[in-house]
Amino acid sequence: MTDLTSDFLGIKSPNPFWLASAPPTDKEYNVRRAFEAGWGGVVWKTLGEEGPPVVNVNGPRYGVIYGADRRVLGINNIELITDRPLQTNLEEIAAVKADYPDRAVIVSIMVPCEEAAWKAILPRVAETGADGIELNFGCPHGMSERGMGSAVGQVPEYIEMVTRWCKEHYDKPVIVKLTPNITDIRYPARAAHNGGADAVSLINTVSSITSVNLDNFSPEPSIDGKGSHGGYCGAAVKPIALNMVAEIARDPETAGLPISGIGGVTTWRDAAEFLALGAGNVQVCTAAMTYGFKVVQEMISGLSDYLDDKGMTLPELIGRSVPNVTDWQYLNLNYVTKARIDQEDCIKCGRCYAACEDTSHQAITMSADRVFEVQDDECVACNLCVNVCPVEGCITMEELAPGAMDQRTGKPVEPDYANWTTHPNNPASRPAAE
Amino acid sequence: MANTPFTPGIADQRLSAEDLARNFADLHAPYDGHEAAVAADRCYFCHDAPCVTACPTTIDIPLFIRQISTGTPEAAAKTIFEQNILGGMCARVCPTETLCEEACVREAAEGKPVEIGRLQRFATDTMMAKPHPFSRAAPTGKRVAVAGAGPAGLACAHRLAMHGHDVVIFDARPKPGGLNEYGIASYKTVDGFAQAEVDWLVQIGGIAIRRDAAIGDSVGLDALVAEFDAVFLGIGLAGVNALRADGEDKGGVRDAVEFIADLRQADDLSSLGVGRNVVVIGGGMTAVDAAVQAKLLGAESVTIAYRRGQDRMGASGFEQDLAAQKGVRILCNAQPVAVHGNGAAQEIELEYTRQGAGGLEGTGETFRIAADQVFKAIGQRLDGAPQGLALEGGKIQVDANGRTSMAKVWAGGDCATGGDDLTVTAVAEGRDAAEDIHATIA
Ligand SMILES: Cc1cc2nc3c(=O)[nH]c(=O)nc-3n(C[C@H](O)[C@H](O)[C@H](O)COP(=O)(O)OP(=O)(O)OC[C@H]3O[C@@H](n4cnc5c(N)ncnc54)[C@H](O)[C@@H]3O)c2cc1C
Ligand SMILES: Cc1cc2nc3c(=O)[nH]c(=O)nc-3n(C[C@H](O)[C@H](O)[C@H](O)COP(=O)(O)O)c2cc1C
Ligand code: SF4
Ligand code: SF4
Ligand code: SF4
Repeated sequence: MTDLTSDFLGIKSPNPFWLASAPPTDKEYNVRRAFEAGWGGVVWKTLGEEGPPVVNVNGPRYGVIYGADRRVLGINNIELITDRPLQTNLEEIAAVKADYPDRAVIVSIMVPCEEAAWKAILPRVAETGADGIELNFGCPHGMSERGMGSAVGQVPEYIEMVTRWCKEHYDKPVIVKLTPNITDIRYPARAAHNGGADAVSLINTVSSITSVNLDNFSPEPSIDGKGSHGGYCGAAVKPIALNMVAEIARDPETAGLPISGIGGVTTWRDAAEFLALGAGNVQVCTAAMTYGFKVVQEMISGLSDYLDDKGMTLPELIGRSVPNVTDWQYLNLNYVTKARIDQEDCIKCGRCYAACEDTSHQAITMSADRVFEVQDDECVACNLCVNVCPVEGCITMEELAPGAMDQRTGKPVEPDYANWTTHPNNPASRPAAE
Repeated sequence: MANTPFTPGIADQRLSAEDLARNFADLHAPYDGHEAAVAADRCYFCHDAPCVTACPTTIDIPLFIRQISTGTPEAAAKTIFEQNILGGMCARVCPTETLCEEACVREAAEGKPVEIGRLQRFATDTMMAKPHPFSRAAPTGKRVAVAGAGPAGLACAHRLAMHGHDVVIFDARPKPGGLNEYGIASYKTVDGFAQAEVDWLVQIGGIAIRRDAAIGDSVGLDALVAEFDAVFLGIGLAGVNALRADGEDKGGVRDAVEFIADLRQADDLSSLGVGRNVVVIGGGMTAVDAAVQAKLLGAESVTIAYRRGQDRMGASGFEQDLAAQKGVRILCNAQPVAVHGNGAAQEIELEYTRQGAGGLEGTGETFRIAADQVFKAIGQRLDGAPQGLALEGGKIQVDANGRTSMAKVWAGGDCATGGDDLTVTAVAEGRDAAEDIHATIA
């Protein structure tokens, strides 16, 4: 068992799995049970300013997207920040942190975009003994209409300003949580960095409508016949989150800025991918909401076994894939692969054929007795057949060795790396006329 | 192939070698990766899962299935072995249809449970090919004697060894494994799995096995108590109940467990003699196993005669279906009266039964069926238990922690009171007794 002890911004936790700021971390009862189940840390459900707490809707707050067998792929929510009194939350945070000194306890905060508001809350949060704060600049519904949450997160100047206030009025690490509801994630990340953030965390939820009730024509979740866009999360958003994490990790302007990866982490594998793309740890919400706190046990055993197998430590995994994330123009155009169907594994469903014949390159043939074969002279190696085949490992992509004939182009595979920037079809690559 | 199913009397070589090989192959072929992935996908990861409650060893089933789903079958195996070190054998022999799979919520939902047993086998098989996953705590210098190398004794020994104690297992038989080696139907545990499992289990270290060493003969319990810090008895049920029918001593009348033991130990199945017309007396798992295996060896007709109604049979619905599928006839409400034949059995005379005022009674109506071989499978009983132990209902009396009436002596498995007589129950009792022994002597 490889040791999973994590050090994120000097904050130690027995593993890199933290619960994200959300209902699982909304109260002491939950957090204690989460720690007992094995979670390494929590980001407490976002606190608002002193005064009457926010109110939530009293009808359904979640919508859902299912995969086969009613597997939850994504959830959308219209919940706001904590609706419990500030003082209650602060007292509970202090009590939990005192009892679990080895776990990370981070306090998520969202107060109006005024220095006084931040100055008022920060000392009270500091008193709890929590290990750091996370600034919720991400919530895409409700709070944003009041000039908070993603309304701040979408304006880099605000991010920088508020981050700076927090660094001024609070001594422990400040994590800035980013919204994905923006065109280029690097700008808010740079703003956080410029404001002095110790780290960024991402993603918060993606603005969404999950479905529409076709009887009363209300978006779901429906509150008395009306719906509002909510925040989408869960396995479905992982690809969006991974890309955004990678973009920040490889941006020279934010190089070295620690990242807490969030969005769709459901298994050890998802977590390992975030870590490889540069996240120093991960946060989880929907997986816990779907399966309960115990789900972390598989993440722990899986990540530890994986590191054992690779003979790697946790820090060695972090960022390991970042150098491999590049721009399209630098991809090797002399890397040639072909789809290969393992006839032993093939169950003859024909999905690869339908996909390739109807929507790709007509590179799979089907015989009268349902034998499916790849025609190398047509296969462009798009991978679609691999993706739609129901049997894992049945269709694989095999690399053609340098010198081997590519039947499609009629040319041997070139041994050397060559990309678009030097390709003859690229107008920009032509030498300038004398 | 010198004989056929129609050869009269008891004869060997009734089937060709290929037929025998096919008949005695794995009852459920192991899953390949694709099958395991699809089967694992069906698990809902239930909270406080009912399947776990139904498992006598309380394996964390949702966790291990999730670990299979996420491509870490070794982690899954470890989850299993932490609770049940004979998880490999249990995956093959547990009557899952009355345990975990009966309790699975998808049995309630769709009549198709998650196939927990086969998934457990998938996980444990991957780990059995690897080095032993557990290591021992620092040596304690304490020594424990375990009588019986069956599931109860092995589970107890492994847990004690893990806690750093040294264990000596004494077994009456030449091979360890207990009924895993001598009793379980061959098609449930093919390719010498029982011995492979013992070899893998003792890799933890600190366990010595003394073969052909029955407690009571050469070594007495008193001597063990004097020499060791604690003693665990997992001696199973070595005795067999008598039929009490006339002609029970005729040739061809045998104990079913003995027939099965011979079969399990045979290097060449075609060398085993089996009757043309076989009758098995009893209604439990042993009766079904003897009947099915007699049929698979090439008997022309095999009948299970059970004295009560089918609903009272100890064999599960799955076992009964298996028997029917292999062509075994199940005859209920019939009890043996006499075995007829001139020296060797030729016919068995049975009497119909009914539920009378004072319990089960014969109706007086009798009939005969051809039987050149009769197997008695009417229950095993404790035999050769050391003197001085309090018994209850014919078994060694134990409390919830496996403690017997004698100081320093624990017992578990079939020989002790409590629990069903199943491999998995024996494992649970052996493990739990080990924990109590550890708490007592450490
Ligand atoms: C034919 C048959 C089929 C079965 N099929 C199944 C099945 O499919 N699934 C299932 O769950 N259960 C099955 N069972 C039940 C299961 O095998 C037992 O419940 C289980 O083996 C009990 O384990 P144990 O360790 O208590 O005893 P055993 O497995 O009986 O082991 C006892 C050991 O103690 C040794 N021993 C006995 N006396 C002494 C002594 N005086 N000194 C030293 N050693 C001694 C024996 O040699 C033996 O090795 C079956 C039983 C039989 C008979
Ligand atoms: C019901 C719900 C409430 C949430 N509330 C908050 C919140 O108060 N503060 C916050 O920063 N993020 C909140 N989030 C966003 C999560 O912390 C997380 O960023 C997001 O769900 C993506 O992670 P996941 O895919 O693991 O769920 C909430 C998410 C959900 C589903
Ligand atoms: S999950 Fe619990 S609180 Fe939510 S709607 Fe169902 S019963 Fe009510
Ligand atoms: S999709 Fe896969 S299984 Fe189906 S026909 Fe194609 S290769 Fe065979
Ligand atoms: S009851 Fe069935 S679905 Fe639920 S955890 Fe157990 S195996 Fe999975």
